[in-house]
Amino acid sequence: MAAVTPSSPPVASSDAAASTQEEISAEIDQLSREYAASGRVEERVRLDYPPYRSSVLRHPTKDPHHADPEGIELWAPVFGQRDVDPLEADLTIQHRGEPIGERLVVTGRVLDGEGRPVRHQLVEVWQANAGGRYIHKRDQHPAPIDPSFTGVGRCLTDADGWYRFTTIKPGPYPWKNHRNAWRPAHIHFSVFGREFTQRLVTQMYFPGDPLFALDPIYQAITDQAARDRLVATYDHGVTTHEWSTGYRWDIVLTGSHRTPFEEESA
Amino acid sequence: MSLAPTPGQTVGPFFGFALPYAGGDRLVPPGQPGAIRLHGRVLDGAGDPVPDALVEIWQADPDGRVVQQPGSLLRDDWTFTGWGRTETDRTGRYSFTTVEPGATTPGAAPYVAVTVFARGLLDRLLTRAYLPAPEAVLASDALLASVAPDRRHTLITTRDEHGLVFDIRLQGPDETVFLDHAPD
Ligand SMILES: [Fe+2]
Repeated sequence: MAAVTPSSPPVASSDAAASTQEEISAEIDQLSREYAASGRVEERVRLDYPPYRSSVLRHPTKDPHHADPEGIELWAPVFGQRDVDPLEADLTIQHRGEPIGERLVVTGRVLDGEGRPVRHQLVEVWQANAGGRYIHKRDQHPAPIDPSFTGVGRCLTDADGWYRFTTIKPGPYPWKNHRNAWRPAHIHFSVFGREFTQRLVTQMYFPGDPLFALDPIYQAITDQAARDRLVATYDHGVTTHEWSTGYRWDIVLTGSHRTPFEEESA
Repeated sequence: MSLAPTPGQTVGPFFGFALPYAGGDRLVPPGQPGAIRLHGRVLDGAGDPVPDALVEIWQADPDGRVVQQPGSLLRDDWTFTGWGRTETDRTGRYSFTTVEPGATTPGAAPYVAVTVFARGLLDRLLTRAYLPAPEAVLASDALLASVAPDRRHTLITTRDEHGLVFDIRLQGPDETVFLDHAPD
């Protein structure tokens, strides 16, 4: 197959590992001070966050255009038992052997902005293995691949909005944003709401990670309280005897536009 | 009760082994009567292709009905679910096989709702890909009427021999109009 390669390589600012951690940290600190002085509260991640180098040419420069959702935007795709096998929620049973690493359960609820559960909706996760390596051809980090771990899972929330995955704790991993750049350990989450506009892709982190302060992706959420909402809580009630540790993480989508009346008549 | 929303984070570079799936780009089988191609490029601020983007579409059926049927992840090729997902290739191109949506309200300008994710893009972006339509229909659309005239074309597909073309420009002079649906 004769694939055409892009005419020019990615911009030098991305993936060149040109800056030091000190330079990146100084930029993060500067943006953090400016945010603190602004008096604003930013609930969302910034799209324009230069310490994350590959965002430089990939963020819109114009403000998003306000639009009242209508028609199809007031609804979300439906996923059902045809789409998702319950076994897909256990990432530790996809191969013949047990994966290496700390077995853990992560569970929580998907809620809308009014606190209502998002029922029977799709949650997808993907992650690195315990050594910080993804099953992806672009991941060239020389950490071992675990033949017993792929790192992909799916489930549907239950009638109260609960999701639950069994997996292993992912390791931190290096990347090329700057020299000696390391991502805090995280699990990628993809979540649907009851409306198209509630679509969310994010990352769940683990409490107390020493890499938080150094990571420009996590720090692109400038508000500490908002950042904290991506950090799971260790929950001994989820931990099970001689089997796995447990973490709790709730996901809150933006408020919905459909009224409860429309909901009932749907 | 009002809860603070969970912030987004970039889809990163490694979603390719997890999110795309066989049939994600095939809302209807190619060759089905009425099947069209909806395709385009995702481009960055330098005009270069974005080879690691993910595009999702969500649309009504040809009669303008919002479909609420499962089966998007494991298609049976008979049930139109209205939802699809695909990744861009090495040249920044994406392509869906689908049908043209009808208007969900009679007389309104039909569109496909589009979500874009990419490495380097810290949160998902939402936009609309309108079908080409007579000016009177486009002019009556509340969103199109509220967009600056010199940017309106970024929301409207063009026709080619297979269907509809919709390029997504994350940045630059022809930056696509992206939408914010938060209440005022
Ligand atoms: Fe990751």
